Amino acid sequence: MDRHSPSTTPDTHKPDFHESDFHEPRPRNLFQRLYAAFESPGRRRALHLAIIAILIVTPWISSQYTTVILTNALLYVVLCLGLNIVVGYAGLLDLGYAAFFAVGAYTIGILTQQFGVNFWAAIPFALLAAALAGVIIGGPTLRLRSDYLAIVTLGFGEIVRFTARNLEITGGASGLSHIPEPSLFGWHIDSSIDFYYVFVVLAVLAYIASQRLFDSRLGRAWLYVRHDEDAAEAMGINRVATKLAAYVIGAIFGAIGGIFFSVNLGAISPESFSFQQSVLILLAVVLGGMGKIPGVILGAFIVVLGPELLRDFGTLRLLIFAVLLLLIMLFRPSGIWPEKRS
Amino acid sequence: MTWYDSFLQQLVDGLVLGSFYALVALGYTMVFGVIKLLNFAHGDLYMTGAFAGFGGLSLVSGFLGAGWIGIFVAMLLAMIAVGCLGVVIERVAYHPMLGAPRLSILITALAVSLVLQNAALALTGGQYTAFSTDLGLGGFNLGNLFLSHNQIVLVATAAVLMIALELFVSRTLYGRAMRAVSIDKDMCRMMGINVSAVIAVTFFIGSGLAAAAGTMAGAYYGSIWYFMGFLIGLKAFTAAVIGGIGSITGAMLGGLILGLLESFGTHIPFIGSEWKDVFTFSILILVLVFKPTGLLGKSEVERM
Repeated sequence: MDRHSPSTTPDTHKPDFHESDFHEPRPRNLFQRLYAAFESPGRRRALHLAIIAILIVTPWISSQYTTVILTNALLYVVLCLGLNIVVGYAGLLDLGYAAFFAVGAYTIGILTQQFGVNFWAAIPFALLAAALAGVIIGGPTLRLRSDYLAIVTLGFGEIVRFTARNLEITGGASGLSHIPEPSLFGWHIDSSIDFYYVFVVLAVLAYIASQRLFDSRLGRAWLYVRHDEDAAEAMGINRVATKLAAYVIGAIFGAIGGIFFSVNLGAISPESFSFQQSVLILLAVVLGGMGKIPGVILGAFIVVLGPELLRDFGTLRLLIFAVLLLLIMLFRPSGIWPEKRS
Repeated sequence: MTWYDSFLQQLVDGLVLGSFYALVALGYTMVFGVIKLLNFAHGDLYMTGAFAGFGGLSLVSGFLGAGWIGIFVAMLLAMIAVGCLGVVIERVAYHPMLGAPRLSILITALAVSLVLQNAALALTGGQYTAFSTDLGLGGFNLGNLFLSHNQIVLVATAAVLMIALELFVSRTLYGRAMRAVSIDKDMCRMMGINVSAVIAVTFFIGSGLAAAAGTMAGAYYGSIWYFMGFLIGLKAFTAAVIGGIGSITGAMLGGLILGLLESFGTHIPFIGSEWKDVFTFSILILVLVFKPTGLLGKSEVERM
């Protein structure tokens, strides 16, 4: 079927893409117009440099409180970009993403605090553990229907949390504390500004990796599988392997977030990795626009800064967030800053 | 106590637990049957039902008392209120999304669940609310086995509700329409069945049953809170999957099986009660991986 022809037959199962995905639409909203203004590579490079400059300068002109909040926002950028690969690129609903975050954090916590392994030497193990978790969760379940997959990931997320709470080595319900801070070539990373810069680097790396993946052969395979699994398979794309790749890569992003989260806080407990955590990350991805990198980053900032701004509302702020998510799904299901792919 | 008495006691506990699971699982399976939606908000309707039952009881306890009669009337009120809420949720949130990709509907359902949960959190401040009744702790002793009156009434009420549902679905016009809609919605429309009305009735009944379970759980355990629907929602879903999602008898069967498995599972050596939930979710995953159609479900070839 020629997707460019204006008169495509009405489809009862509305596919999750529009005609406009396939040819340049006119910029509709503020974000798209802004984005369109930076289409040219030169301007985009200038924009990137400007953002990096702002990120570098910010902690010197703002309070420590702001720096800590921004560090948290950058952590969410990493996590959300990771979940975005699973949900946005591959179209798999993962409700247990906090499990990977937990695997990264706990592996580092256990290795450095209980076995005295050097932080940097422990990182490969944490990444390996997360990738393994991704394979264990994804391997048997990726053949399932999407809603079953959602509930299985939820179940896995809870299993990881309950396991962390019940085991001796993970410190039980109170978790692990006194996780040593890392140092790099004599630079002891311990102040909030130090960690801020660590997370700036991580967020930038996550951004670059996301962008490269999006443009890669694998990224196009994800797009294809997401839009039409059967057709993708008919074209020789290995459905399960493609999805599994999304899972494992997403898991590694989550673990990287968890690794630095654990050393930043110095203490972790099972409650940091609850279902609510997974939902919050998902909320950010959906809010910003599934599959759209700048949208997802925006979403991450909204879910971290939003509650700070709504602090006066107390418990109501979570309700406000929930209603917001519902309204977005009903009126703007592709997010504030939706993906378009030409 | 001999192993035999202990066995019977676990059996009774398992039946009570299984009754709750079965009632909640029915809502999942019915909604899934008619619109193929995994209603994430269903566990929260159970929670809302517990609060509605609590409200209903404080309304009627003045003249009916907080005994079985009062609780029964409160339960009916809660069923009607939450049933209507279920219909409203379907109309407002799910109906506009029916043609949308599955991922969007799932996230919408998740959003509805979060709205209900956080509304209850904002209203109660996250505190446990005491669900005080005059039920007492009386019961029978059968040998070494203790059966409380509450357990008997609870299991009997659940059984009556499930039999009523089974009769409704198999004998009435709307029940037949419901079965037809679950098979082919478009064909039903052509045959003059009001599909929207059937979906509304399904949501009403499913939500009402969750509310009944919520009220009974509140009265039985004596306290309610905003997060009580989360775990039971997951477990009832597990029950629905064990029985075969879409199958009403399957949901009842699955609920009882899961209740019994949990009750006995916590007494297997090395699986203490703290591993109970891990045990349940492992069952869920194993069933989904190895027999996704469950015990009584029909196999279907469907992709997202």
